Amino acid sequence: MMRVRFWGTRGSLPVALGADALRAKLRRVLREASGRRFTTAEDIDTFLDTQPFALAGTYGGNTSCVQIDPGGNEYVLCDLGSGARAFAQAIMAKHGADGQTYHILVSHLHWDHIMGLPFFTPAYMAGNRLRIYGGHAELEMALRRQQDRPSFPVDFSAFKATIEFIHLDTARAYDIAGMRVTVKLQRHAGDSYGYRFEGGGRSVVYSTDSEHTLADPLDTQGFVDFFRDADLVIFDAMYSLADAISVKADWGHSSNIVGVELCQMARVGHLCLFHHEPAIDDEAISHLLVDAQRLEELTSEGKGLRVSAAYDGMEIML
Amino acid sequence: MEFLSRQYADVLVAAPLGRIDHAASASLEQRLVPLVADAGTRLAGVVLDFGGVVYISSVGLRVLMIASKSMRAQGKPISVAALQPVVSEIFTISRFDKVLPVFSSVRDALANVSPAAQRAFDADPESPRA
Repeated sequence: MMRVRFWGTRGSLPVALGADALRAKLRRVLREASGRRFTTAEDIDTFLDTQPFALAGTYGGNTSCVQIDPGGNEYVLCDLGSGARAFAQAIMAKHGADGQTYHILVSHLHWDHIMGLPFFTPAYMAGNRLRIYGGHAELEMALRRQQDRPSFPVDFSAFKATIEFIHLDTARAYDIAGMRVTVKLQRHAGDSYGYRFEGGGRSVVYSTDSEHTLADPLDTQGFVDFFRDADLVIFDAMYSLADAISVKADWGHSSNIVGVELCQMARVGHLCLFHHEPAIDDEAISHLLVDAQRLEELTSEGKGLRVSAAYDGMEIML
Repeated sequence: MEFLSRQYADVLVAAPLGRIDHAASASLEQRLVPLVADAGTRLAGVVLDFGGVVYISSVGLRVLMIASKSMRAQGKPISVAALQPVVSEIFTISRFDKVLPVFSSVRDALANVSPAAQRAFDADPESPRA
C-alpha cells in the first residue's frame, strides 16, 4: 500500500483565501442552510458534505509539497514549497524534533518549489538527516543561496541536520526509501524533472512544471511510457488548454485536457490535477476538474480514468 | 485525413472530415496552415466547416490555434461552424469557444464575414446546408 499526502498544491506563488472570498462562501452556505436545524457538530458536517467542495472547502494556497509514503520509517517528499512547513510541523508533533530521515526530491529550483526550506524546522535540528535529490547541477547552490542575506536572516550553516545532496540521472533507476525511483526530464524554463515511484505493487508519478504540446510523437511517447499503468499521476494542470497553447504558451505548464489525454494513452488509474494557478479561485479550479472529468467521460476507451484535483491536506491511498 | 475546401465569393470554407486525433492532426496542419498562410491577401476570411468532424484532440485544437494566429496577423477573421455535439463540448471544455468564434451553421458563419459569400452559398445548389 502507498499513501500520498498533499501539503502544498498551488503553483508559482502561495495564496490565501481572503476575507471577501471567505465571506462570499459563508453567505452562500448559510443561505443553503436556511431553515435547517443543527443539533450536533455531526449534523453540521453531514450538511457541509452535501455542499460543493469549492463552497464548503478550499483547495488551499501552499506551494508544491507532496509526501509519498510507502509505509516505511523514513519520509519522502516531492518539492520543498511552502507546504513543507506544514509537513514539518505535523511530523515534529508526531515524533519530536529529531531522529528522522527525510528524502526530498526537488523537481526544479524555482522559488515556489524550494521556498519551504528556510522554514523546514527539522533541517535546524541535529540528529535529523536530509537527503536532497535533484537533476539540476545547481541544486545545492540554489538552496544555500536562498538562505543568504539579504534574502533570509539565517544562513545555511545554521542547519544542524546532516544534509546530503544527491544528483539524479535520467538514465538509471534509484532505490529511495525502499521504492524504485526513475527520473524524467521535462519541458520547463531551466528544465524540471518528473519522478516515478514504484513500491509494494503500486506506482505514483509526480510530474509538475512540465509543458506538453503533444505535437512531437516521440516526445509524447516518452511521457506515455513514463506514466504507463501508474496508479496515480500528479500532473501540472495549471491552465485551460486554450490558455496553455495561446497567451501562456511556452510558460512551462500544462492543462487539464492534456493531462486526461496523456493519462488515457498511458492507461493510468487516477489523474490528480496539481499546481493550481494562483490567480484563480476555488470555483474556477473545480470547473477545471469538472471539465477534465467530462472529457474523460466523452473520450474514454476501456479502462476508466479517475480524475481529481489536489487540495492542501488531501490524502490518496493506493 | 480527408479535407475538402471550397470558396464562396471571397470566403474559403475548409472542411476536415472524421477524427482529428493526434495522428490526424499532423495531416490537418499540413493542409490547413498553408491554406491560411496567404489568405489575407485574397480572401475576406476563412470558415472551418466542422460538420463532418466527430472528435478533435488537443493537438488538433493546437493546429486551429496556429491557423487563428496566422489569420489574426493578417487582420482577417477565421471561425468554426456546424460543430457536432461531442466536438462542441470539447470546444467548451478546452475553452476554445473563447478563442474562435463558433457558429451553428456554415451559412451563419459566412454571413458574419461577407454578404457576398452568403449569397454565393445560397445560390449554390451543392451547398451542404443551402
